[in-house]
Amino acid sequence: MNIDPNRWYPIASSSDLPLRHVFHGQLWGRELAVWRADDGFVNVWENRYLHRGVRLSIGLNEGRELRCIYHGWRYANRTAGCTYIPAHPADAPARTICNNTYSSVEAHGLVWSALDPLDPFEAPLGLADAQSFALRPVPVNAAPAVVVAHARDYLFSPDGIDAQDAQVSLISDDGTCIEMTASRGDLAATLLLFVQPVDAGRSILRGVLTQNPDAPMAVLRHHSQAMSALRDRIETIAQQQAAPAPLEVTFAPVDEELAKMPARAGSGPKAELRVRVARKREVALDVAEFQLEALTGQLPTFQPGAHIDVHLPNGLTRQYSLINAPGETDRYTIAVKRDAHSRGGSNCLHDDVHEGDVLATSAARNNFPLRRDALKTILIAGGIGITPMLAMAQTLRVQHLPFELHCFAQSQDHLGFEHILTGFGTAMTPHLGLRPDDTRARLQQILRRRGEAEHAYICGPGPMLEAARAIAAQQGWPDTSVHFEYFKNANTIDDTSSFEIALARSAITLQVPAGRTILEVLHENGIDAPSSCEQGACGTCLATVIEGEPDHQDVYLSQSERERGDRILTCVSRAKSGRLVLDI
Amino acid sequence: MTQACTDPVVLDQWHPLAWVGETVAGIVHETLLLDHRISYGVDACGALYVWHQTSALPDKAPFEPSSIATNLPVRHEHGYLWTCLGTPPERLFDVPEFEEVDRQNVYAGSFGVNVSTGRTVENFLDMGHFPFVHTGILGDEPHTEVKEYDVELSMERDEILATRCRFYQPQASLASVGGAEVEYIYRVPHINCALLYKSSPGYEAEGRMDVIYIFLQPMSREWTCAHTGMCVIDLDNSYQGIRYFQQVIFGQDKPILENQFPKQLPLDTRAETPIRADKSAIAYRRWLSGKGLRYGVTPAVA
Repeated sequence: MNIDPNRWYPIASSSDLPLRHVFHGQLWGRELAVWRADDGFVNVWENRYLHRGVRLSIGLNEGRELRCIYHGWRYANRTAGCTYIPAHPADAPARTICNNTYSSVEAHGLVWSALDPLDPFEAPLGLADAQSFALRPVPVNAAPAVVVAHARDYLFSPDGIDAQDAQVSLISDDGTCIEMTASRGDLAATLLLFVQPVDAGRSILRGVLTQNPDAPMAVLRHHSQAMSALRDRIETIAQQQAAPAPLEVTFAPVDEELAKMPARAGSGPKAELRVRVARKREVALDVAEFQLEALTGQLPTFQPGAHIDVHLPNGLTRQYSLINAPGETDRYTIAVKRDAHSRGGSNCLHDDVHEGDVLATSAARNNFPLRRDALKTILIAGGIGITPMLAMAQTLRVQHLPFELHCFAQSQDHLGFEHILTGFGTAMTPHLGLRPDDTRARLQQILRRRGEAEHAYICGPGPMLEAARAIAAQQGWPDTSVHFEYFKNANTIDDTSSFEIALARSAITLQVPAGRTILEVLHENGIDAPSSCEQGACGTCLATVIEGEPDHQDVYLSQSERERGDRILTCVSRAKSGRLVLDI
Repeated sequence: MTQACTDPVVLDQWHPLAWVGETVAGIVHETLLLDHRISYGVDACGALYVWHQTSALPDKAPFEPSSIATNLPVRHEHGYLWTCLGTPPERLFDVPEFEEVDRQNVYAGSFGVNVSTGRTVENFLDMGHFPFVHTGILGDEPHTEVKEYDVELSMERDEILATRCRFYQPQASLASVGGAEVEYIYRVPHINCALLYKSSPGYEAEGRMDVIYIFLQPMSREWTCAHTGMCVIDLDNSYQGIRYFQQVIFGQDKPILENQFPKQLPLDTRAETPIRADKSAIAYRRWLSGKGLRYGVTPAVA
C-alpha cells in the first residue's frame, strides 16, 4: 500500500477528544496533535513546535489556544499562529510564526484528516450523521496493506449476538474502506471498516455502523471481541512476513523568513485580504460592530492590541482595532463610532456597508502589544478607545492575570458593549458623564502607583490621553510602563524642512524636499517600507535611526523613546540635522 | 541499524565516562560511547583503564590490568574518567574553580536521556524555559522575560561565552532566600560540555560564582548520558541536599528533552524558528556547523 497523501482517513474517534485534551495521533508515519477548542473546532497539527521541536501533544489545551509546555508560547485555535512569546513580553511576535497544520473534519463520530487533500472531505456513501455509530478502534501491528487484504474476511452479527449463523457479505472494497453487511432473518446491519495507516508496520481498524443499534453496549462488545480476533489472525500472518521498511518522515523546513530575524514588510497600507461582513449590529450608541469573515481560507493570526486597515468602498483607508477574544479566529471583529466630524470613514461604514458586503482589509498588525509579565495591568479606555482594551481585557481574564479596566464614557448608552463588559465583573469600573476636571481627578486615583511591575495601557481621545500620560509621569510611573494608542495625530505637521537620508542597508542616499515625507520618498524610489495610518499614530512605519537627529512629529513614541532618538516614524517625522542615517 | 561513528570531529575528543569518586574499584564496568561498547575500571592503586569490550572481561567481573589487550587513552580530570576513540587532543578545557579549596565539588548524578547531546547542551543554555519547566525554582510566571545578553565565540580558546544573562528566579539555589534577579555566565568549551556560573548567595560582593556543569557522554546519536554536578561555595547545605536539588532540576528537563523531534540537533538554519532569546543556541549551532560535525546532528544543507 503506497502512501496516498490525497486521501482522507479517520485518525481519531470524537470520544478521543474530551474537554481540554490533546490527543496524539499518527498517519503515514507523521505524528499528529489533535485537539478540540472550546468552540468545538478540531485542530490537527504536526506534532512539533517549530521553535525547538517539542511535541505539541504534551502541550496544554487552554480552550482557545494551545500552550507550549517548554517555553509557554501560545498558538491560536484554527490558525495555529503564535500569539505570544513570554521570553519577549514587550513584543508582538514579529513574524507569522505558525505550526504546520493538516486538514480536519469531524463527522460520523470520527476525526478525518489527509496529508495533502486534493478534494474536500466527502462522507462515504451510506453514512448519515444522525444514524452512524462509531465502533471502538482496534490497533493492529501489521502493515496497512496486510490489514486491508484480510479485513474483508471480518465476521460479525447484525445485533451483537453470536456471529456464527449470520450471513456476512462484502459490498465494496476500495483499498481503504470496506463495506459489508451482516444479516440474520429480518435483521441486517451495514458496516464500513476503515484502515488507518499509522506507519509502515502499524494500522488501526476503525468501524462505523450505518444505523444506531438497538443494544449499543452488546454491539460494541461483540465488535471489540470480533475485531480482536481479526487482529490476532492478521498479526500472526504479518509476523511471518518480512518487516516493512520504516517510513522516512522528513520535516519540512520553516519559511526562509521565519529562519531569520524579522524582515520588513512590503510597501504601503496592505489590502491583502477579502472579507465578508457576516454581521453588523449596534453595540453602543452610534457604535456599529462588524464581524468580518474570510471569503476563502483562514484569517491571519492576531494578538490583543492589533489593528487592521479597512479599505472602504469610497476609496478611503481606515485603521480599526480588533476586539476579538483569544481563540476567536473565525472572524475579525471591529467596532466603529460614528464621528460627527467624519471625513467619510465612519459615515461610510455606518451608512453604506451592510451585511453580506465584501471589503478589502490588511492582515492584523500589532503595534500596541500587551505584556503579560506585569503583576497588575491597568487598562484605561476613553470613548471608542475601548476597542483595543476589550481584546486586552479578555486576554488577561482568560489567562487569569490581574487587571483593572476603567471605561470613561458619556453615559451607559455610550459605553455599550454589555455582552463583553459583564464578563469582567468587578475588574471593570465605568466612569460615566464626567467633566474634564472630574476625569482628571479620577485618573489621578486610578494611576496611584501601588507597586513595581505594573503596566498601564491607555487609549482614548487626545486630550484625555495627554492628561493620563502627564498624571502617570507626575505620580512616578516610568515611561516604559505606560503604553498608549492615539486615534489620530492632532499635531500640525511642519513639513518645511529639507534634508538628506542615507539608507544604511540599501546603501543609497536620497533627498527629502519640503512638502514630502520620508515614506513618500522611499516609495517613490521603489524601496519597500510598510505603513498604515500615514499620520504618525499607529507605528507601522517605524524605522531605526543610526545617525542624525530626528524631528519627531508623531504621537506614537513615548517621551523617553523620543529622547533616545534612535527611532523615527517615517510617515510624518523629519530631521533636525541635515542628514539622517536609517537602518533600511 | 545504527552505524558506528566515523566522524573525526567527535572521535577526536575526550569524552567523560564516569565520576571516579563513586566508581567501584577492581571490577569491570561497561558502557557505550559513540555506538562502541567499551569497558572501564579502576585498579586497587587508583589507576584508570578503558578498553574495547571483550567477552574475556565481562561486566562486574574482577579484572587484572595485565589482561587488557589494548588500552584506550585515559585522563582523570574534573573528577571524571575521560577517554578518546580517535586521536586525543593534548588538553581538556580548564575549570579553575575546581581547584579552589573552599568549594564543594558535588557530583549530582549521571542520567540517561533519549536525545542527542546537542539538544541537551541547548537546553542547558536556555533561560526561556525556567518559568515553565522549573516553575517555582528557577523561574516563575509572570517573570518570563529573557533580557538582552551577549554571546561571543572566543577564537583563542575555541569556546562559546554568553555573558550578562539575567533572569528572575524565585529560588536560584538551595542557599537562596526569596526571589531575585540572578546573573548567569554560560561557557561551552567542548562540543558536549557546558558550564554555567551564577552569583553565589552571600558571595555576590566578592564576585565569586557557583559553577554548575553538564559533561555529556554521547552513547549513540540519539542517546546521551549526562554527567552533572556543581562546584559551590555553599558550606551550609549538605552534599546530599545539593545533589537532590540538581536531580530535581534535571528530572524536570528530561521529559522535555525526550519529546523533542527530530532527536538529533538540526544545524540547518531553516529547521526551526529562533527568537532573540536563542542567541546562545544559534551561536552553538553555528559553531558546530563550522567544525563540520555530522554525528548526532542533521547537518545544514550546503
